[in-house]
Amino acid sequence: MPLTCEDRDDRALLDEARRQMTVCVVCKYCNGYCPVFRAADARPALTDADLLYLANLCHDCRGCWYACQYRPPHAFAVALPAALARVRALSWRRMAGIPWPGGAGGGALLALACTLLVPVVTLAWVPWEVLFAPHPGPGAFHAVIPRGPMVWGAALALLPPLAWVGVAMARFWRVIGGGSPRQVLRALPRALGDMLALRHLDGGGVGCNDLDDRFSPWRRRMHHLILYGFLLTVAATVSAAIAHHLLGMRAPYPWFSAPVLLGTVGGVSLLAGVAGMAGLRARADPAPQALETRADGALLLALLAAASASGLALLLLRGTAAMGMLLALHLGTVLALFVTLPLGRLMHAPFRALAILRAAIERRTPQHREES
Amino acid sequence: MTADGPPEVLVAGGGLAALCAAIVARRAGASVWLLDQAPEALRGGNTRHARNMRVAHDGPSPLVADAYPEAEFRTDLRRVGGDTLDEALAARLVADSVDLPAWLAAQGVAFQPRAGGMLPYSRRTVFLLGGGTAMVNALVRTAARLGVVVRHGVTVADVDPGGGVTITRDGATRRIATGAVVVATGGFQANRGWLRETFGPAADGFVNRGTPHADGRLLRALLDQGAMPVGDAARGHLVAVDARSPADDGGIVTRAEGMTDGLVLDRDGRPLVDPAAERGSPRYANWGRLVAEAPGQIAHVILDAAGLARLGPRVYPPVRTLDTLALAACLGLDAGRLAGTLACHGPGGGPPWFTLSLRPGLTFTGLGVRVDDRARVLDGRGRPWPGVFAAGMIMAPALLGGRYLSGTALTVSAVFGRRAGEEAARHALDL
Repeated sequence: MPLTCEDRDDRALLDEARRQMTVCVVCKYCNGYCPVFRAADARPALTDADLLYLANLCHDCRGCWYACQYRPPHAFAVALPAALARVRALSWRRMAGIPWPGGAGGGALLALACTLLVPVVTLAWVPWEVLFAPHPGPGAFHAVIPRGPMVWGAALALLPPLAWVGVAMARFWRVIGGGSPRQVLRALPRALGDMLALRHLDGGGVGCNDLDDRFSPWRRRMHHLILYGFLLTVAATVSAAIAHHLLGMRAPYPWFSAPVLLGTVGGVSLLAGVAGMAGLRARADPAPQALETRADGALLLALLAAASASGLALLLLRGTAAMGMLLALHLGTVLALFVTLPLGRLMHAPFRALAILRAAIERRTPQHREES
Repeated sequence: MTADGPPEVLVAGGGLAALCAAIVARRAGASVWLLDQAPEALRGGNTRHARNMRVAHDGPSPLVADAYPEAEFRTDLRRVGGDTLDEALAARLVADSVDLPAWLAAQGVAFQPRAGGMLPYSRRTVFLLGGGTAMVNALVRTAARLGVVVRHGVTVADVDPGGGVTITRDGATRRIATGAVVVATGGFQANRGWLRETFGPAADGFVNRGTPHADGRLLRALLDQGAMPVGDAARGHLVAVDARSPADDGGIVTRAEGMTDGLVLDRDGRPLVDPAAERGSPRYANWGRLVAEAPGQIAHVILDAAGLARLGPRVYPPVRTLDTLALAACLGLDAGRLAGTLACHGPGGGPPWFTLSLRPGLTFTGLGVRVDDRARVLDGRGRPWPGVFAAGMIMAPALLGGRYLSGTALTVSAVFGRRAGEEAARHALDL
């Protein structure tokens, strides 16, 4: 089991989170902010597995930090958002079986290597008179990078990280108690609603503490732009595959086609969301944050920005001689995003989805039913 | 401080009463300073540790269940306040409690709806989302936005009957004249010297559950200058807290539990019994008093495994001892006598034993200044001091007599804070 392997730093981190969360379970003042406190109430023993679950259920809204009568300089030094952020990072690493300690340095290097790999290989392999020539009309992309290498390269590069994430998710699901297919099915509508609405970024109705002790809806809004932008770009890719295989159309697609419209709206939304989120992060009060986990988040924002910006540039300049290298660069950024997936902050998405699903299951079972 | 001082209304204190007074006085058009002795990290007085507020209401709402008629609130106050109860203040408190949730919400304070299912049933009190610290954050924001000059780490050292004020900050002292002063600095539960005067050497065994800045300096200053006292210093509200609690600011989580599930022994191994005990939840104030009167102001709860299971999670876990001999060594008691006491009175399921040590924890003190229902401080003959007002726990003994009625401290603070702010602004602006 992933949690039996003892690492002294991880142990200290989990023990510290347990100590702090115990204060919360006794105090209860914050239990209106989010379901973390309800879930903690239902598992007062706060085992390591419980803490991994609670940490991923936490959306980092920071309401409990600003409301806390026990935050530093109090002797109890409760700083729950930071403690849970550390446990979150630990959970992704442990469930993915990554042996080295956290930190964004390795991920950043790998991402950079992936981003540059495709352009370098393209420069080396594609004849420059092809690469740097304008290619108007359908089939232009594959005139530069042939379809075979593109599809097989993508499959080979993307499937292992996705499978890796899948294994990590399965382990996490088992560790946090999982659920039968029947339970999952019954809890799914509520869980999906909570995920897609980012319901728990609402601080119990008042909003998040984005910058300081004021409540605001902006972090949730920026996250919406990023999440839905990301989903739209995925939809663009799927619709492009459908257009290619079922409709026999060849990329690049016209402006008013599903792949281009979805990709454009998605890319612009992603870029706007990333910019907004980066702005909030830059101005946010550092006090409630686990500062060593910030680089992770910055790297994810950078990768998302690179992928969407290069995609939009490719769209705008696809009729020009710059198309070939922009295509290679865009593919490189997408490769970087996926290859670093099991190492980085993007792991919060599948893990949080599972934690929300588990919470929805618990709300349906009698021992956790609401009292009123 | 801003260059345009001194203000028309000066508010001393940093908790709910002070914040309400400052906001209301500012909204009435006065220039206002709010001076809080605590540093910013500890702002908010004991409001930081509060959670719910008692309000009269006629029917269920998203915030509070069923009904709590004004007459019932007054009856509860009479029961608790006893012969100290000031009927005029009680009537004011109850009537003005009705619109408090709406008024506080308009100042940015968030309440926790019942619908989330995370609140205990309550028809008497509304709950703050996130507790008192979140309310303090919201009110400080609102006060600052309205133009109240809010300063922390500034002590109002003295207020004289004419409204003159002495301020100290970083060791420097200055006197200023203001239009009106609102004193909302609470009791003296953090003042060790005064506690010793009141409770004798026993005070050294007390834990202060709240802010270390409740030194009662202005309470004493007002009384020394002839303000009419109300209540009784020795009638503070005490509960039993874990002996490992920090000296100040332990708040809600250090309150001891388990007294009714196990055997409570004093320092010398004699059982302590709450004569008014009922099964189930302990009467916290009785236990505070019992421990305060016990030798050495310490007592020990001894639980068996069943008692431990009922105890629930604790910030300070009980100390486990494998047998009675080890328990006796741990408590410094004679093993033979302890075994006899346990056999006679103790929980039947041990060893192992699980032990929590208790101290008396002081929530607030029971001596205050008497005010009229316009929150004006009265002199020894019942005449108001012009321009000097008091709100919050410094005048609450006229209502509670130093006793506890859940959620009422916040109600007193908000109702009389608003009242004092309104009257202070009127007084200052009419000058």
